[in-house]
Amino acid sequence: MAPASEEAYSARRPLSLRLALRHPRILRHVPAITLLVMLGPTAAGVVGTLLPAFGYLPALGGYAVSLEPWRALFATPGLGSSVRLSVSAGFVTTFLSLALVALIVAASQGTRMFALVQRALSPLLSVPHAAAAFGLAFLIAPSGWIARALSPWATGWETPPDVVILNDPAGLAMMAGLIVKEVPFLLLMTMAALGQIDARRSRQVALSLGYGPVVGWLKGVFPRVYPQIRLPVYAVLAYSMSVVDVAIILAPTTPPPLAVLLVRWLNDPDLALRFQASAGAVLQLLLVAGAIGIWRLGEIVVARLGRRWIEGGSRGRRDRAARGLAGLLAGACFLSVALGLVGLVVWSFAGLWSYPDTLPDNWTLRTWMRQADSLLAPVITTVTVGVAATGIALLLGLGCLENEVRFGQRPTTKSLWLLYLPLITPQIGFLFGLQTFLTAIDVDRSWGAVVLAHLVFVLPYVFLALADPYRTWDRRYAITAQCLGAGPDRVFWTVRLPMLLIPVLTAAAIGFAVSVGQYLPTLLIGAGRFATVTTEAVALASGGDRRVIGVYALLQMALPFLGFALAVGLPALLFRRRKGMTHAP
Amino acid sequence: MTTRPATAPRDIAPDPGAGLAVENLRIALHGRELLRLTTRVTPGTVVTVMGPSGSGKSTLLAFVMGLTDPAFSVQGRVLLDGRNITGLPPQARRVGILFQDDLLFPHLSVGGNLAFALPRAIADRRERRTRIEEALSLADLAGFADRDPATLSGGQRARVALVRVLLSEPLALLLDEPFSKLDAGLRRQFREFVFARARDQGLPVLMVTHDREDAEAAGGPIITLGAPADWE
Repeated sequence: MAPASEEAYSARRPLSLRLALRHPRILRHVPAITLLVMLGPTAAGVVGTLLPAFGYLPALGGYAVSLEPWRALFATPGLGSSVRLSVSAGFVTTFLSLALVALIVAASQGTRMFALVQRALSPLLSVPHAAAAFGLAFLIAPSGWIARALSPWATGWETPPDVVILNDPAGLAMMAGLIVKEVPFLLLMTMAALGQIDARRSRQVALSLGYGPVVGWLKGVFPRVYPQIRLPVYAVLAYSMSVVDVAIILAPTTPPPLAVLLVRWLNDPDLALRFQASAGAVLQLLLVAGAIGIWRLGEIVVARLGRRWIEGGSRGRRDRAARGLAGLLAGACFLSVALGLVGLVVWSFAGLWSYPDTLPDNWTLRTWMRQADSLLAPVITTVTVGVAATGIALLLGLGCLENEVRFGQRPTTKSLWLLYLPLITPQIGFLFGLQTFLTAIDVDRSWGAVVLAHLVFVLPYVFLALADPYRTWDRRYAITAQCLGAGPDRVFWTVRLPMLLIPVLTAAAIGFAVSVGQYLPTLLIGAGRFATVTTEAVALASGGDRRVIGVYALLQMALPFLGFALAVGLPALLFRRRKGMTHAP
Repeated sequence: MTTRPATAPRDIAPDPGAGLAVENLRIALHGRELLRLTTRVTPGTVVTVMGPSGSGKSTLLAFVMGLTDPAFSVQGRVLLDGRNITGLPPQARRVGILFQDDLLFPHLSVGGNLAFALPRAIADRRERRTRIEEALSLADLAGFADRDPATLSGGQRARVALVRVLLSEPLALLLDEPFSKLDAGLRRQFREFVFARARDQGLPVLMVTHDREDAEAAGGPIITLGAPADWE
């Protein structure tokens, strides 16, 4: 019998050899293409920002290298306040978010609260920053829900009090708006890290040595978690220092944070302002780089002091108050987003709503109907750009991971840095430069360019969401399939992909949510020609028509939610008769 | 493979090349030799490999499958029925494997799992269906084709896993501690089932195990790998 099968094999060999040789050629290039797509625009953007910052921008008649843009920048009244606002927002937001996350996880790991926190994460993460900011604004404004709920019986207010809560000069409202969104992000990253370091048993060891849960976690687990979430923390720092959409909604306006000031200049009809805007963008880049450097130094100091604290042996057994506080703060974070969003819904359907009534006198569809015609175009743009960017990101991400599996490449720390680079580089620092670059090669203001700009930010998130499930998937399924006669392509399409359908669709939903939330890339690269629900919502911020804002912010939230619903519903439907598929493998 | 009637037992005639042969295998990790091995498994017999963790048992199986981790440096050849398969990709080797977990694909029905393994050369749909039904009855699982694998008992799943690998018409079978997760009664039963099926089909079997009882039940030669001195 053996000779017969030998014959059969020599007949098949050329084909399998051909397949083995041809496919890897395409696949092998995927990591390079991915890097190009992610870092190319970032690099081109930084160069395109640097040149005009020193006076070189031929399209606007800048040929000579000069320091004039910098002189103009530093002559701007209030620049110091703008910079101070950006820097303080960055540090305060990052520090408080990280402290809150550490406290919440320290107090909740191994308890029922942990599962609760975990469940609340995905919906919180899917809410775009701007929608959460609007929700918070509707909640804490002098005429917002909290003031209404307490008036007039507790406060005695018959009209909204004349206090500055929103857009306060210290930027506290903006920091709050950022914290409620950054806490879920860092929580997610921390929970992913916990799995990799066997945190549960470390905690048990600490407890058995007589430590209170909170102190035991901070001493025994956190020092190992932090290195794993360092890059996400830097991303939070960079983001909070340079955010535009949340700042437009919640930050002071005169003077605004640096990034908002720069966007104003870029949108100014006076094109000459672009030179000083570029110089400002370079300043923003330097500020972020400097802040990360200072944070790094802080890490070293904290690690020194922390080691002494850990080795001191204090047990912190009486930590009920700390645990209570953690629960309270976690609840406050969740509630402020959730109630804020309910507030958006209520406003979008509100008829007459006089102060200080808690609910509108009557309900109406009028706002929705009046907006119906103008809603369609932004929704279509949002969905098409989001689907395209997510689709490409998914293809590239899966290609990279499949490449790892097939050719036995190991991911390195360096490659993780590259992944985070677009998230750590402030958007304003390279998007304007990218626009200049795209204009130079004549593809700016196109739909494709907007998709490309979104892709830069969608790709890292999609990749991060895919990588863990992909790498921890039991490889023996693939080995079994291969030994049953399936080649690598068949293994991918018929075994790996279906078994990983849930995480793949979740990654897609995350990517789509990231795309829906993009404000600056759409605005700058689309040069105002592409309105999405997010750009429309933020544009409405200054007008202050709460009913219309409610409509747009609601859509902003509904689209990502729909994506997540599909990601959960589709596998549940497809595998409704496969009990082994209800839990992600 | 189209020319061979798939379920017919193979000749056990003493063809000098028949069976699975590992020749002059030398596996090293970071310059340290883990194992040196030359062995032949004749059709219908089981060769058992025992040894402590780190002695290179898994690497040996990976080598036969064609999935050696690039971290190891490996020399040697593997021959199947006299044919040198050392350079072939796993899917072209016709070497089946059973792990300690059944690894049934959870997204496919029992029948779907078996159809996955059935060679494409059997193109006719009715023929494929018949082959699957036959194979299931042989394992006492007649009528299970449309079942969700997650609803089967441990013993049933193990049998489906074996039927699956046999349907792929392997020329050799590897067992990677395949019984270690089954409880005692089931374990003996399934072990006998596996060895009997392998004997019927004249398959050379290479088994890796920690359990002396498995090795004795196999009734074939036992190779004991030593732990590398500096690993202890």
